[in-house]
Amino acid sequence: MPHLFKEDTVKEIEEDLKRWERETLPKSLERYPERMEKFTTLSDVEVDRVYTPAHIKKFDYYEKLGFPGEYPYTRGVHASMYRGRLWTMRMFSGFGGPEETNKRLKFLISHGETGLSLAFDYPTLVGIDSNDPMARGEVGIVGVAVDTLKDMEIIFDGINMGEVTTNMTINPPAPVLLAMYVGVAEKQGVLYEKIGGTTQNDPLKEFIAQKSYVFPPEPAVKVAMDLIEWSVKKLPKWNPISISGYHIREAGSDAVQELAFTIADGIEYVRQLVSRGLGVDSFAHRLSFFWDSHINFFEEIAKFRAARRMWAKIMREWFHAKKDRSLWMRFHTQTAGVSLTAQQPWNNIVRTTIEALAAVLGGTQSLHTNSFDEPFRVPSEFAAKIALRTQQIIAYETGVADTVDPLAGSYYVEWLTDEIEERAWKYIDRIEKMGGMLEAVKKGFPQREITETSYKFQKDVDDGRKFIVGVNIFESEDVDEVRNVPLLDFNQEEIEERQIERLKFIKSVRNKEKVESALAELERAAVRGENVMPYILQAAKAYATLGEIMSALKRVYGVYVEPPIY
Amino acid sequence: MGRKPIKVLVAKIGLDGHDRGAKVIARALKDAGMEVVYTGIRQTPEQVVLAAIEEDVDVIGVSILSGAHVHHVRKLVELLRQEGAIDIPVVVGGTIPIPDVDTLKQMGVKEVFLPGTSLKYIVDTVRRLYEERNAIGGYN
Amino acid sequence: MRRGMLLEDIIELFEEARKGKLRSIGRLLTIVENSSLEVLELLEHISSHGSNAQVIGVTGIPGAGKSTLISKMIGEYRKRGYKVAVVAIDPSSPITQGSLMGDRLRMQQYATDRDVFIRSISTRGLKGGLSIASLSIIEVFDALGYDKIIVETVGVGQSDVDIMNAAHTIIVVTMPGAGDDIQALKAGVMEIGNIYVINKSDKPEATRTFEYLKFSLDKGDIGLFEEDWVPRIVKTSAIMGQGIDELVNIVEEHWNHVKSGGLVKEKLVSRRLLLSRLLLERVFSESLQESFMDLDGVLKKKIVEGREYRSITRMLAEKATSKMIHKVDRS
Repeated sequence: MPHLFKEDTVKEIEEDLKRWERETLPKSLERYPERMEKFTTLSDVEVDRVYTPAHIKKFDYYEKLGFPGEYPYTRGVHASMYRGRLWTMRMFSGFGGPEETNKRLKFLISHGETGLSLAFDYPTLVGIDSNDPMARGEVGIVGVAVDTLKDMEIIFDGINMGEVTTNMTINPPAPVLLAMYVGVAEKQGVLYEKIGGTTQNDPLKEFIAQKSYVFPPEPAVKVAMDLIEWSVKKLPKWNPISISGYHIREAGSDAVQELAFTIADGIEYVRQLVSRGLGVDSFAHRLSFFWDSHINFFEEIAKFRAARRMWAKIMREWFHAKKDRSLWMRFHTQTAGVSLTAQQPWNNIVRTTIEALAAVLGGTQSLHTNSFDEPFRVPSEFAAKIALRTQQIIAYETGVADTVDPLAGSYYVEWLTDEIEERAWKYIDRIEKMGGMLEAVKKGFPQREITETSYKFQKDVDDGRKFIVGVNIFESEDVDEVRNVPLLDFNQEEIEERQIERLKFIKSVRNKEKVESALAELERAAVRGENVMPYILQAAKAYATLGEIMSALKRVYGVYVEPPIY
Repeated sequence: MGRKPIKVLVAKIGLDGHDRGAKVIARALKDAGMEVVYTGIRQTPEQVVLAAIEEDVDVIGVSILSGAHVHHVRKLVELLRQEGAIDIPVVVGGTIPIPDVDTLKQMGVKEVFLPGTSLKYIVDTVRRLYEERNAIGGYN
Repeated sequence: MRRGMLLEDIIELFEEARKGKLRSIGRLLTIVENSSLEVLELLEHISSHGSNAQVIGVTGIPGAGKSTLISKMIGEYRKRGYKVAVVAIDPSSPITQGSLMGDRLRMQQYATDRDVFIRSISTRGLKGGLSIASLSIIEVFDALGYDKIIVETVGVGQSDVDIMNAAHTIIVVTMPGAGDDIQALKAGVMEIGNIYVINKSDKPEATRTFEYLKFSLDKGDIGLFEEDWVPRIVKTSAIMGQGIDELVNIVEEHWNHVKSGGLVKEKLVSRRLLLSRLLLERVFSESLQESFMDLDGVLKKKIVEGREYRSITRMLAEKATSKMIHKVDRS
């Protein structure tokens, strides 16, 4: 395999670099002493003054890059990338009740959108009903409330579920929401082969970062694998899991940890599924990933490229996947919510732009851009529109999507890609030694690592080692620029009341015996260790509530309480 | 005998699991020599108020990122009053729109920390609130 | 007591606390937690109440799930109608005195149960401070009529031994595969259990740990010797709530054993004597320190002159003793 640079060329450059350091550099340093003693990325990778072939001397083009759409997929999973099809501009949003959501979905469809995205409210995300005492004040704020099949019927009223795909950001209750989705599709007469979409359904990152866990780690993984196994067999178009680094990053990890922990999660899931007797090529192509795109531009691009290369290698060499598609890491990206500031909020538009650009240069399959007002509330329509326009400007004006992986061959980007990858492997090795991610999570390992990193970062900002404009540098006293941000306004109490009323009504008209026997059967199936999906589907179709179904499972699996980890 | 350390309750009310801020702050307060009781995620205002009372803390810090801050804090303050513990100062942090900051302060919240507030400022504020309460003949 | 607080105020607080005002209980605990000798007067006042509680010490290896186990025990006691108090002890940083008190987190579901009172205290840095604080808090809970007072300790140090000596029943919590940790703990808390719990017993190594504990008990390596009580081993899975009722049954059995053997009074006496002794130790070390400062000039002069060790020591002893007696009288 050909090394990119000939040995003697590299040697020559290395020599000459020393000369440059002796002759040219000092004059410049004298005139302009460097701004910092040490330059580092957000992951504390130390960055050199200048990069040359000497930094990547053993660079083997085929081992490291290859061509787009070919192993190791560093340059992208598709051969022509965005020249053929742009990334999907998937804007995740939502609030209110099923009625409001139905209206919004229809609006989007009428504007040509076919890739729908459902955000759920917190009670739904943690698997409780709207009338639960814990749900007071939370119903409908960050997404739509779903208690029973009825709510799902309203959301998709007048929408042909065979013609759209729906992304559902949901985790422990994912089997229930999928069951409701399938239940309504069935009622519409849509064939299983035509039901398409995604459930996030990534339990490990809940313990590591997002913390909307319900069951303890082992049963949580078991239930998620049930969903995958069932859907691989029944719903050929469904993406049953979105293995997510996003939440890990938002919880305060750095890019290396995000990459390593997420891939380690993926490894655990593949092992779990293989141990159920599934052939790796029967499901691998249905796995997808979800990354954060943060503000340290090149580091993020390096992360995306390293991620694809690592996953392809793992699938081929560890799990002996045969099909090309099994080696692909397809992913969705969201710009970093944590990078946004409440101070001088309009600057967030700029941050999001840079982050979105990194995601595109990193070869993402779909992208969500945050709105500038998110440090305060769920985005207003105005802010969400700017966020979408940001993507459109990148796609249609900048030209960055016109050639595949344009940063390949940049000495710095290739060096950084290697560096990030190497650091991530080290973490994965440690996790492997612990017995894989499920064991590592039970030991609190990734949780502690993230807590350490986020504390250190905050200290760095506090002490002026890392900068955030408007926060610890170029601060402004102008409160009006914050006050004048127009925010989304809606009547939460009204939505909450309406939701509780409907729940009460459904409970009074449904067939109680049918609900009870479905729940009892579900509980028994869980005790026997069977795949719970068919039983959940049966219960959901009988209008058992989300809370009732989750409670039946809680009785068998227990409820997780996080150990104190600081 | 030594000086009694300042005791702070750091609590997350509501259903969101975003505990990065709460944990970073708990750690910073600890490093500043305080006793920090952390009650974990998904707490109700009732649980937080009774924990604050049982632990007899000097300051209550609440982190809410679910958007339901006005609802939860209203309840919290109401319960503190009912339990005869309204003298315990409350601070709130989270993703909170500016108009709501005013609303929370009107309810009696001493300080609202928005994203980007420095740890030093938070630690200093807790100390100041502790000292103010002592000075006016609070319970310490 | 605290600045500006009179005994009458504190007694009023105690009366409110007895009526179930949680805020008053919390404040009362802060007062005893941070007091020195002054606490004696309050304790004298309240000691006529109560003395009926079973004090249950829970100790063991880190990570064995003590907090979760206690949480489940609370649930079981509540089912049986008992009032429960918990003292959870967390270590504090020796440098900053700061502490993260996380044990409570596992028991938060009982925060709203008015017949359950949970209090966290930290080890702080003071000599005997933790033992004094916890023993005083136990006295207060006892006087307030709690039926079960559960004290969860960090599992190491003198204060652990002190607290365990004050408990009627001692539960030592281990988990499967913790062989080395058990070995390491043998010298300390492992020796003093009345009941040994193997938590997380759904793990495959549970049987081996059981055999190992059984063997160590039979050999007399571990286990507290009490007439008519052979230390017991219970397997639990706190997270799944398994084995909890059996554990609580055995704890009740041991309580009956303690009561029928007339050990209740014995424990009470030793608990109170221990508190007095610890308070005195602290007061003496304070007095000694003050005496050092008072006599600083004289001492230095004598040292320079040389050959004065005995007279210096005598002088310090005299001064410190009179200071100590003065302090006790004043309390």
